[in-house]
Amino acid sequence: MSTRLATKGRLVDTSKPVSFTFNGKKLRGYAGDTLASALLANDQMLVGRSFKYHRPRGIVAAGPEEPNGLVNLGRDGRFEPNQRVTTTELFEGLEAASQNHWPSLEFDVGAINKHLSRFLPAGFYYKMFMYPRSFWKHVYEPIIRQSAGLGKAPKDRDVDTYEHFYAFCDVLVVGGGVAGLQAALTAGLAGARVILLEQTDHWGGRAPVDGGVIDGAPVDKFVEDILAKLESMENVTLRTRTMGAGVYDHGYALGYERLTDHAPHEGGPRHRLWRIRAAQIITATGAIERPLSFAGNDIPGVMLAASVRDFLINYGVSVGDRTVLVTNNDNAYLTAIALKNAGLDVPVILDARVLPEDRGLVAQAKALGIRVMMGHAISSVKGGKRVTGVTVCSQAGEGAVLEEIACDAVAMSGGWSPVVHLWSHCGGKLRWDTAHACFSPDVDNPPKGADGMAFVTTAGAASGTFALDDVLHDAHAAAEGVITCLDLKLPKDVVAPIAERREESPLAPVWMMPHGASAKLREKTWLDYQNDVKVSDVRLAAQEGFVSVEHAKRYTTLGMATDQGKLSNINGLATLAGALDAEIPTVGTTTFRPPYHPISLSAIAGEAKNHVFQPIRRTPIHDWNESNGAEFEPVGQWRRPYAYKRGSESTHDAVMREVKNTRERIGLLDASTLGKLIVKGPDAGKFLDMMYTNMMSTLKIGKCRYGLMCSENGFLIDDGVVARIDEDTWLCHTTTGGAETIHAHMEEWLQTEWWDWKVYVANVTEQYAQVAVVGPNARKALEKLGGMDVSKEALAFMDWADGELGGFKCRVYRISFSGELSYEIAVDASHGQAFWDALMAVGADLGVMPYGTECLHILRAEKGFIMMGDETDGTVIPQDLGLHWAISKKKEDFLGKRAQERSHMTDPNRWKLVGLETVDGSTLPDGAYALGEGTNENGQKNMIGRVTSTYHSPTLDRGIAMGLIHNGPDRMGEVIKFPGTDGKVYEAKVVDAVFYDKDGEKQNV
Amino acid sequence: MLNIHCPNCGITAEETEFHAHGEAHLKRFGPGSSDDQFESYLFMRKNPKGVHFERWRHQNGCGKWFHVARCTMTLEVFASYSAQTYAPPQEVLDIIENKRPGWNAQEDAT
Amino acid sequence: MSEPVTALRGASDATGIATVTELGPLGMITLRGDLGDKAIIKAAVAAGGVTMPEVRHCATEGESGIAWMSPDELLIMSPYSEVHARLADLPDKLTKSHALAVNVSDARAVFQVTGPNAREVMAKLAPVDMHPDHFTPGMFRRTRIAQVAAAFWMPDAETVQIICFRSVAKYVFDVLNMAAQDRSEVGYF
Repeated sequence: MSTRLATKGRLVDTSKPVSFTFNGKKLRGYAGDTLASALLANDQMLVGRSFKYHRPRGIVAAGPEEPNGLVNLGRDGRFEPNQRVTTTELFEGLEAASQNHWPSLEFDVGAINKHLSRFLPAGFYYKMFMYPRSFWKHVYEPIIRQSAGLGKAPKDRDVDTYEHFYAFCDVLVVGGGVAGLQAALTAGLAGARVILLEQTDHWGGRAPVDGGVIDGAPVDKFVEDILAKLESMENVTLRTRTMGAGVYDHGYALGYERLTDHAPHEGGPRHRLWRIRAAQIITATGAIERPLSFAGNDIPGVMLAASVRDFLINYGVSVGDRTVLVTNNDNAYLTAIALKNAGLDVPVILDARVLPEDRGLVAQAKALGIRVMMGHAISSVKGGKRVTGVTVCSQAGEGAVLEEIACDAVAMSGGWSPVVHLWSHCGGKLRWDTAHACFSPDVDNPPKGADGMAFVTTAGAASGTFALDDVLHDAHAAAEGVITCLDLKLPKDVVAPIAERREESPLAPVWMMPHGASAKLREKTWLDYQNDVKVSDVRLAAQEGFVSVEHAKRYTTLGMATDQGKLSNINGLATLAGALDAEIPTVGTTTFRPPYHPISLSAIAGEAKNHVFQPIRRTPIHDWNESNGAEFEPVGQWRRPYAYKRGSESTHDAVMREVKNTRERIGLLDASTLGKLIVKGPDAGKFLDMMYTNMMSTLKIGKCRYGLMCSENGFLIDDGVVARIDEDTWLCHTTTGGAETIHAHMEEWLQTEWWDWKVYVANVTEQYAQVAVVGPNARKALEKLGGMDVSKEALAFMDWADGELGGFKCRVYRISFSGELSYEIAVDASHGQAFWDALMAVGADLGVMPYGTECLHILRAEKGFIMMGDETDGTVIPQDLGLHWAISKKKEDFLGKRAQERSHMTDPNRWKLVGLETVDGSTLPDGAYALGEGTNENGQKNMIGRVTSTYHSPTLDRGIAMGLIHNGPDRMGEVIKFPGTDGKVYEAKVVDAVFYDKDGEKQNV
Repeated sequence: MLNIHCPNCGITAEETEFHAHGEAHLKRFGPGSSDDQFESYLFMRKNPKGVHFERWRHQNGCGKWFHVARCTMTLEVFASYSAQTYAPPQEVLDIIENKRPGWNAQEDAT
Repeated sequence: MSEPVTALRGASDATGIATVTELGPLGMITLRGDLGDKAIIKAAVAAGGVTMPEVRHCATEGESGIAWMSPDELLIMSPYSEVHARLADLPDKLTKSHALAVNVSDARAVFQVTGPNAREVMAKLAPVDMHPDHFTPGMFRRTRIAQVAAAFWMPDAETVQIICFRSVAKYVFDVLNMAAQDRSEVGYF
């Protein structure tokens, strides 16, 4: 069994007990524990079930590489699935539950899949779910949906907050082991601005566990001293619980800081995403131990040798009473020695190598009386939910059992792989290191930055240097290199510390154990524990032609689980190389992509959630709108009132009421969102003649003109009323969504094409609150306000004037988008609400009501006015809409003119705008297509047009619509069919698009 | 994420302050141009694997346009320069030639 | 005429690691012109009441000041009540120059973040190096705050003043307060 020993762990504080629950069971650990160490201390080796076969799964590792120990963590607004037990710090009241089993972890019905394993080989998704086709919707899809995912999806809204932090530095060091600490110190002493990130809550990495002597002192002391030095340096920032998640272009890197995961009720943001821009990055990310591939290597109790050591030394937890060690290298002997020294039993060390002599750790282990079997291997592991023993065979053979040894844990080591992820994220290449049987950074092909120079350097084990002394020297040298790149200088007396060297025998690569393992053994030999990929699956993939490592990965799902193959990738590709009879470097690795370890989506979103998910733009009258029944609709980032509802009336009824009231009495529209651009300069007229299809240079001061804007492609992009302010100044109104884009459009032409033209543009959209006062009583209302003359004589249709109304300084435009007598009045935004209030007050007796955008739409559609985005969709030219009158024929050039001369644009067969009147008075469905004769080559009915705007007109008490119809203007009176999605076919007559007051008598009064 | 220098205001900042606007140095063809000229102006764009001249705007900054010469493959930035030019200035071409000898010939060949 | 009201009527929140306050109304004039033209600079200095700032800097004195916005744009600041008068004075000084001067006082919102953590609050929202060695009082930076355009400067070592568009005032106030939330000190600067 696994248990807590009397010997104290380095990291736990046994004076501070912490209680937590696992699957509802109350358990106890100590401050400093991870959830993994606390579970093991409570003999909870079984922590989950694998994805495909629902095999029992135990903890394999002690760090972020852990593939099995994934739990549902927390509850309600703090519930989160797939949390790794090895990277979860224990806290009082922690609640964890195991995943992917039913009804319980101990007894899981899904485990029947393991008996179906021969039906679930590599690529089973592709093979299984193809036929019969009819099974997909009702059989396969529900099954897949049922079994998809490991943890449960959260049901409640996340109650925590998250944030970003932009940091800039000369040197970012990722990894707080001895290499990272040393690199940070060296860089810091040279005067660089340094940030050092460590993913765990403690410094030193694994060196203190593995032991050694640096500059005459034990590693722990070295870490303590160097930390004190770094902490005293103003130019160095130290951060624990912050993982270097990814390295990106031009020195950009992400740090993922977990602020309150270990103390969820402390308040403050939960995670902070550090968005770091570093001139140079040093990755001191260490190395990860590889499992060995032998039958039964997934049975709970089989663990990485170094992790067994970590649990023992850091947390005072033994994973078993009798631990068999199996290895191909010297380093793993540290585990056997540590176990023995802790008074635990190590019945045998199975070393796949045959060494000429016993040196270093091998000799030490033997001296401790541990039985060492050289050239031997595990044939298979015995046990179900827990290891009960191993059978021993010769590594050279096919697995014939020589002996059976009882044990309750197996510590395995297949060598070490440098964590090259961050080096590789931004293009750093790898080379195969034959001596250590691993991929390590190819220093000749580093990631390159904006200046084309290398910006990432590895340090320590991440470079593929493993001996303590080499690690420290490599880290110091890495920092020295970086300092040189930064044009900084190291004080002369700074040298790398020196560590005592251990005598070591070389590793022997072992990719299959035993070497000639039979098919039966290979079928029980796991590569990817989480996704259930076995040696046999990879070999099958190779057999079926998936020879590229990227294809084999996707076909078998090897390395595609949440651990992204930290343990399985190298063994997997070595297996693939073996099956293909190729060298490992020629097979290559799959692509390393950020993040290194899963980070929360919320951290990526940062502050952007709930009410600040996106900016909401508010007019000066927004608050009034909100408290007066407005139902808002988004128009870009603006929120405009769609209609103002009164009491219990429906939205539709509110819209109908607003239309009638505006036509019969007086309505107010908050038109503040309309874009307003000032265009000024000696060349402003010439410039606007290029921007608009019409002539704007001839517009008289004091007058307004409706204008159209097209892109160079000829298509309509915006429209609005332009007013001539003075000799060299115009004010251009744009659509609500157009202010920023049209401003940018104008500036782009001025800055990149006609930079010698003397024109300045300023966006004054938000300087003004603009109110449209519309309806037969509009003038009366303004006269009641008092001030400037707003009579027909003083201010005729399409005039504008500056003045005062009711004491408000304002600019009044006599323009109409409704067909009624109408004034659009702009006042400074700071007075917008007061002006609106004044209008509501004087309008009270005149029947004033505010109206929203839907009413605006109906009013304009009754008049046959087009709306950008309804009648236009980026493929419509003004000619399609019958707007020839707004296209100057006198101008030699304007944006879009040349495009509109293209054959397709002048094609008489283009769909053209007409009005549509349903035969029975009903309302046409929006976007419905017009049915033509016959069918196309696909057997579909031919379409001859579509509805662009459609409303119920309360003025006419019938449905009215506009549409783009093939030869539309020539079809007046013709009845066309429009099939709806409701199954009904609507019939509508082609009519003139102006339904109301064709002669404009109402607006021109 | 790219780090970009704006030659107008002198700020070097991350990509989120900027907006890319496609190929630089397009020659405008208006009324009177042939269909081929107009087609090439409106639609034909280079898509080099290597040196590229682009138009950028310091959108969340000084608001000005400028040009960037960079490598689309390595993302190396050779230079930022004024948008008020019809062609890359000689000093920019010299920088590129120095770092990518013969780049122009390669491009012409493709 | 009514009393001018700012977008958030002077809202303030001091519950977090820094105090966030809406200021204003503040008089603001956008002046565009060739900044190499002496007449433009003279007019700007007269309207702003301060000496001409360097590129990417601002010069302020109380509510008056000039901020360098771009190679052909300045922002002139003044007390709100004086903006119309200062604007009216400009055309006479610019008769010979091609220039554009408009009142943008109401198009903007102005915020202040104060306290020892003011730099950190900004560094959570703007992609700008807020390190005291790098961003110093007197500098003027146009950038983005979370998802909207903004500009800011530091009148002193513990105060940041921010200008954004009026329509997004609430958004900016809300994100500043989120960034300034209790227990969110970074301890970086």
